[in-house]
Amino acid sequence: MSSFKEFKIKWGMAIDLDKCTGCGACMVACQAENNIAPQPDASNKLKSLNWLVVYELTNGKPFPEHEVAYLPRPCMQCGKPSCVSVCPVIATDKNEEGGIVSQVYPRCIGCRYCMASCPYHARYFNWFDPTWPEGMDKTLTPDVSVRPRGVVEKCSFCHHRFMQAKDKARVEGRDPNALNDGDYITSCTEACPNGAIVFGDVNNPAHKVHDLVKGKYAFRLLERLGTDPQVYYISRREWVRRLGDNYLENEKVKG
Amino acid sequence: MDKNYDLPIDAALFPEGCTRCSLSKFLVWITIVMAVFGWGLYAAYRVLAEGLGVTGLDDYFGFGLWITFDLAVIALGAGAFFTGLLRYILNIDPLKNIINLTVIVGFLCYSGAMLVLVLDVGQPLRAWFGYWHANVHSMLTEVIFCITCYLLVLIIEYVPLILEQKQLNRNKLVHAIAHNFHLMMPLFAGIGAFLSTFHQGSLGGMYGVLFARPYIARDGFFIWPWTFFLYVLSAVGSGPVFTVLVCTIMEKMTGKQLVSWEIKSLMGKIAGTMLTVYMVFKLADTWAWANDILPRSGLTFDQVFYGWIYGKWLLWAELFACGVLPAIILIIPSTRNNRTLFYTAAILDCIGVTINRYVMTVQALAAPVMPFDSWETYAPNWAEWGASAMIMAYAALVLSLSYRYLPVFPQEVKLNK
Repeated sequence: MSSFKEFKIKWGMAIDLDKCTGCGACMVACQAENNIAPQPDASNKLKSLNWLVVYELTNGKPFPEHEVAYLPRPCMQCGKPSCVSVCPVIATDKNEEGGIVSQVYPRCIGCRYCMASCPYHARYFNWFDPTWPEGMDKTLTPDVSVRPRGVVEKCSFCHHRFMQAKDKARVEGRDPNALNDGDYITSCTEACPNGAIVFGDVNNPAHKVHDLVKGKYAFRLLERLGTDPQVYYISRREWVRRLGDNYLENEKVKG
Repeated sequence: MDKNYDLPIDAALFPEGCTRCSLSKFLVWITIVMAVFGWGLYAAYRVLAEGLGVTGLDDYFGFGLWITFDLAVIALGAGAFFTGLLRYILNIDPLKNIINLTVIVGFLCYSGAMLVLVLDVGQPLRAWFGYWHANVHSMLTEVIFCITCYLLVLIIEYVPLILEQKQLNRNKLVHAIAHNFHLMMPLFAGIGAFLSTFHQGSLGGMYGVLFARPYIARDGFFIWPWTFFLYVLSAVGSGPVFTVLVCTIMEKMTGKQLVSWEIKSLMGKIAGTMLTVYMVFKLADTWAWANDILPRSGLTFDQVFYGWIYGKWLLWAELFACGVLPAIILIIPSTRNNRTLFYTAAILDCIGVTINRYVMTVQALAAPVMPFDSWETYAPNWAEWGASAMIMAYAALVLSLSYRYLPVFPQEVKLNK
């Protein structure tokens, strides 16, 4: 594994699973914001494009102990991304201040090695040509490029919003590398009706997310594999935290 | 001189002293081959025209039949580089009797794999980016470099055989070129051995480096995961007997003996020795994986198998029925020289390496890593089978033409007197 850069700014998310109702507003917002084409037949979920997917978790117990939780899964923007070092053509990289893992669509050859490497299934392939029903092309977000058939794509933490926030800061005479909390948030964060998703710079104590990720009940998915994700989850329920990673029978759950 | 009108119409093109079936019989066979090829060509057209959505691949199984097929044929095609190494560098002279076939089989395996890759990548027109924007950290980059370079080496090794065609070789210049190519062959055999060792290894390394996929992740030595070395060893442990099997199929189809039993047995001995070395390391690797990598990842041995389709039987079949058993048969002279046991071992050996490539490609992707994720299953559809069949048909076509018109087997005349 090659080494990766450390960044002064680290954009991250804290998703409170105890607040998430699984409404799917984040998925819809993501779909619309990032120009994900509507599919004529999305019945095969393994061939449908969703940068963000909400998983349903259960404690596996029968009623009345039965409990569910919903887990929105964007790209984890890993600190040590398994996808970056494997890409043969550097179509994906972790090289920009903020630590967002990029995806360069015109560079991608569509080998799908990055998809094989990602244990979170955060990467999606364009199996077909994206098509926009007449009139729907007018809903496209102008700052987000559409992708052709045959390339891989994934959540970019709404990178275009990051660029816009930096531009705004420059125009207002502020330092674009010292954005205030809330200057830049992703569309899923904005759409969540319960405020379950909090987005910001996890390295900046002035950002709310900074404290949230240090909380007792914060955890990351598959932490023991060493991917070092920038997306954190919070749950006060032990069984939910236990589903965040693989544990052997005798191992204690974190938090 | 009187003409013999009983000979096939293209008899003047046959290798010196060799007989072949009639042209009409040959054309019937070629028609069958071309029918299969046509089906595959249609599948290839649909894939290129409509996209990979027409295949059975999906976001969980980005790699499927084609990558398994590629890895398997590249491993089985290893007879070319390893036999070349032994023949030209280590001077094991008797191998000259089968070296031509190993070169052709190697060429077909590598060129076939590359043809499949053209379909398998989403943007085939960007394939050259592998050179232009190379990521030196990626094992796949090493694979792209080595496979393309090695295919050139195989072409260089195949060319003199074509130039030795009876009528072509009458031309003085062609004769001189063919002769000089032969003189340079040890150099190319050396380059081929180097390139092939590295990409066989990097194909294995490709999987071993996937540290977030516990089913295939491996520790290793320096930058190379253990799968790097295991893939080299399994390839040289199966490639030589695959060539023997191809030869035997050709013998059955033509009704002639093409390579003497001693040579086949020698190839079996070479493969058996390497397979034995491989099995020692493979068993150690499997033990370390089950007892270290899996528990370190929070998983148990039982958790990485599922139902019948991804059951433990695949592992046991790979390790014992298609690994240890053929290794024992091929390494012991008395069992190796029993033809039934020999061919059984050769077939099992090739099945074993194919199972290995399959589980490392498909089962690795089927196994869920997130605890709340589910096992998914994969079945290739007609487009993937069709394109794979096209490659088999292409191989059958080239082998048929080579056998009919080129001096592939030096022992053929003597063995069929």
